[in-house]
Amino acid sequence: MRGLPLRQLVDVYRAKFRAEIALQFAYRWALAIWLLGLLLQPIVYLVVWTTVARSQGGTVGGFSARDFAAYFTIFMVVNQLTFTWHYWEFEWRVRQGFFSPLLLRPIHPLHNDLAENVTFKLLTFTVVAPVAVLLLVTFNASLNPSPWQVLAFLPALVFAFALRFLLEWTLALAAFWLTRVTAINQAYYLAVVFLSGQMAPLELLPEAVQVIAAVLPFRWMVAFPVETVLGRLSPMEVAVGLAAQLIWIGLALGLLRFGWRAGVRRYSAVGA
Amino acid sequence: MSGTPEQAIQVRELRKTYVVPEREGGLAAAARSLVRRRTREVPAVAGISFDVAPGEIVGFLGPNGAGKTTTLKVLSGLLHPTSGEVTALGHVPWQRETAFLRRMTLIMGQRNQLAWDIPVVDSFDLNRAIYQIPAAEYRERVKELVELLELEELLRKPVRNLSLGERMKCEVAGSLLHRPDVLFLDEPTIGLDVTMQRRIRNFIAHYTERTGATTLLTSHYMADVEALCRRVLVIHHGQLLYDGDLAGLVTRFSPHKTIVIDLEPSGPAVDGRIEALVGSPDWLVSHAEDRLTLRVPRSETAAVTTRLLANLQVADVIVEEPPIDEVIDLVFAAGPADAQAKDAR
Repeated sequence: MRGLPLRQLVDVYRAKFRAEIALQFAYRWALAIWLLGLLLQPIVYLVVWTTVARSQGGTVGGFSARDFAAYFTIFMVVNQLTFTWHYWEFEWRVRQGFFSPLLLRPIHPLHNDLAENVTFKLLTFTVVAPVAVLLLVTFNASLNPSPWQVLAFLPALVFAFALRFLLEWTLALAAFWLTRVTAINQAYYLAVVFLSGQMAPLELLPEAVQVIAAVLPFRWMVAFPVETVLGRLSPMEVAVGLAAQLIWIGLALGLLRFGWRAGVRRYSAVGA
Repeated sequence: MSGTPEQAIQVRELRKTYVVPEREGGLAAAARSLVRRRTREVPAVAGISFDVAPGEIVGFLGPNGAGKTTTLKVLSGLLHPTSGEVTALGHVPWQRETAFLRRMTLIMGQRNQLAWDIPVVDSFDLNRAIYQIPAAEYRERVKELVELLELEELLRKPVRNLSLGERMKCEVAGSLLHRPDVLFLDEPTIGLDVTMQRRIRNFIAHYTERTGATTLLTSHYMADVEALCRRVLVIHHGQLLYDGDLAGLVTRFSPHKTIVIDLEPSGPAVDGRIEALVGSPDWLVSHAEDRLTLRVPRSETAAVTTRLLANLQVADVIVEEPPIDEVIDLVFAAGPADAQAKDAR
């Protein structure tokens, strides 16, 4: 990435923010329907797992119905704040040549997507947050984090977002080489659903799966901040987790730089 | 970064060859291509060299697929060439250094760069931020562009709701907000009606005159090139056929002029004398009623005209160059062998 004065970056993000807000309001019904889907998903998991817990005499693998309510609600919030969609757009961008104008601006295209992403998150969070509170209250969720857990949750969340954004943007670069990337994206998406703790808390999954999720970046992209604020991790485990996140962010940055250079080279070789 | 280069743009032996996958139609061919992909090399630009001085406005002429757009894409930094050397404003374009990108713009008539769903003014504001245009200057420039291009009504509309012509005006305005020193214009008026073409063209002329920006333009419309460019580069099959001024192009490739003579209806009959007066029966294109149309070698034009004026009762006479489009057709028909045009400009 090119070094840009911070003041300029902030200015770009603000301009992008204003434009994006206007755009989202222009498509408010699409946004509303999308939000509804986002909110329904955890409710489905929540209802299923709460029912299972009840039928098993109250708990599944140490999770009570109230624990599940807390887990899936917080997961919804973290997932909403960390997810990205840019890799679904890259194929279209590359095929239609929409990448060209982005390349000719004196600013890395990543900033365009990051600004768009952050704006969208801020906007939708105003709906997601009250819904989350509503869910927590309705399902009588057991969420009593200690102050240090709340404090650790914040960097864990920011790192999770940074990691997920960088990795998924790197994944998106595949579109420079392959004209069809939908299959890859679909496979990746399934991996995220399964290995990031979206279907079930990772500790309920077989040990082998837990190991895979922790060795690969998936646990650190979503599940880890959730586990932290739910109080399911010791201080040591949280510290290790934050370190794992930082290591992965470093790796992702390296991958992105390398992939970006190679990708643009490829793009500008075959006919932008 | 080097200092101000003597030439704004330097191109030496530029080549760009695309490698394209190739297979025949049908299922069997598709199956075979799974195992072994056949590719073919397509040379889009086959070794061209030229310089452009600061402030010059140069028109690129050539049929579809001649290599015009590829050259512009290399110059603006979108494409890596296969070989050759290029500098623009002292930079190697495809390294896409910030200092270079901030000083140039590429406008493509068939692509839009403004965001589709948001009002034009929001896209402008984003450009202001990206190019770090000081607020006061930005306001002043927008005001000026709005007046010159009559954008007032369009600024608040999302781009998708604009007509093609309206959109192009906004594209041009948005691309010039940062006052680029080099303009690459690829078919900026394509698909527009004549009035809108003229408006865009006039505006570009105004901009370049005011700012002294170096400009490279491709267009299918000769009117654009005639109005804007004193110098033209003709390329065909990726090779440079001609580099010089527009008038020189006509002289070089069209050795004839057209003479049209209207005779006084009351004058004496001329039928018997015409061929002798004209000089050669080949030069007489038509003789109908009171009008003679001749196609005469350039060097003979003056003599023939004088002879006819002296010996006939002439009501009106027109001597003209052939239409530029016809000349261009001639150039393409002539091909590279005939046209190793290294004219001193």
